[in-house]
Amino acid sequence: MPRIKINGVLIKVAENTSVAAAVMNADLASRVSVSMEPRGPLCGMGICFECRVTVNGVRHERGCLLKVVEGMQVSTDAV
Amino acid sequence: MTSDVVVVGGGIVGAACAKAFLKQGLSVTIVERDLIGGGATAAGMGHIVVMDDSEAQFALTKRSIELWDELVATMPDEVEYERSGTLWVAANERELRAVEPKLEYYLERGVEAELLDGRQLYEAEPGLKPGMAGGFLVPGDAVIYAPCAAAWLNRGARVIRAEVAEVDDGEVLLSSGERLSCQSLIVATGAWATELFSRLPVKPRKGHLAITDRYPGAVRHQLIELGYLKSAHGNSTESVAFNVQPRKTGQLLIGSSRQFGVEHSRVEPHMISKMLARAVEYIPALADMSVIRTWTGFRAATPDKLPIVGLCPGYERTWLATGHEGLGITTSMGTAELLVDLIQGRAGVLQADDFGAERFPHCRV
Repeated sequence: MPRIKINGVLIKVAENTSVAAAVMNADLASRVSVSMEPRGPLCGMGICFECRVTVNGVRHERGCLLKVVEGMQVSTDAV
Repeated sequence: MTSDVVVVGGGIVGAACAKAFLKQGLSVTIVERDLIGGGATAAGMGHIVVMDDSEAQFALTKRSIELWDELVATMPDEVEYERSGTLWVAANERELRAVEPKLEYYLERGVEAELLDGRQLYEAEPGLKPGMAGGFLVPGDAVIYAPCAAAWLNRGARVIRAEVAEVDDGEVLLSSGERLSCQSLIVATGAWATELFSRLPVKPRKGHLAITDRYPGAVRHQLIELGYLKSAHGNSTESVAFNVQPRKTGQLLIGSSRQFGVEHSRVEPHMISKMLARAVEYIPALADMSVIRTWTGFRAATPDKLPIVGLCPGYERTWLATGHEGLGITTSMGTAELLVDLIQGRAGVLQADDFGAERFPHCRV
């Protein structure tokens, strides 16, 4: 079971889980919109860009297109 | 009579005219064939900027900024007004020396400006590539979201969605066959002005833009390379210049390109590549950012880089307001004021002769 950090908190996630699902399981929104509303996955297939998170320092990664990897750092703080 | 004033074209220029005439207590009808603010107004950067290609251009842009400033307090949020200032970047000592005389020119004419040395440049804009010589900062320049500004300026005017087939003196014929008549007719159709007046020396000049995802704080001012002036003021067929603007959303708007002779609006990959490569030369971090959208638009270019504002030759009640090239967002305000002054027969801040169609000999009747 890979261990990843979401906003600095270490969690264990089932193998083959998408980053978007891991963030949802942690009860977190992916990001906030321009008008400061919490946003999360909508299409789940890389089209809507609603599930963007920062992964290993790279901003605006689509969580639904990435699978969790041991040691991954995910942040939902970015606007 | 349809209304006191009919404006053909609901872009930023037509919208500014609508607001100015409404303020005089006159009734205004706007005729727009597509969307209000949907042409060059929506395609451009929304930069409100002082430019000094000529005394007339300086006077027009300066006066226009004063008029924009008067409106700021009443603007709704969606206009996204932000006084970000323009920072003209000197890549090398030669460019910095060349820009030095501008300081006195601006200050003498009452426009705040500042010369920055290398250290001050990086304090102002840490994301610039190391090794640049300095800059010229114009803090009063601003940024707006122009399509929303156009919609806001139009409030109070009646809007008719229709195509104009013919223009006459104080009268238009719509494609539907309906006629609209008025005391003053203003034609503000941008790059499409020649569809109604084939003799006008207005040519569409295509531009590309790209916008990134949100990266708040990556850039603080509207940044333009001083070489931009070569791109904007030259008449070459194809050119690009570094021009990056921070939006209130944290997105970065990346320009700019200029092309004559391309009439289709498709995004051309070779232009986007050139433009983005130029931008990365100035802001290296852009290379790791995501562009989410690219598009194009058409500026209404004139041979002397000044708009055509004034009576349409041969008419007494039909007025022109076109040819604003890349400065229409800025100069819409001065244009509207000038037209109000001309129509009401009083002297204003701007010299009407600088902008009249009669300055082009083949436009004279």
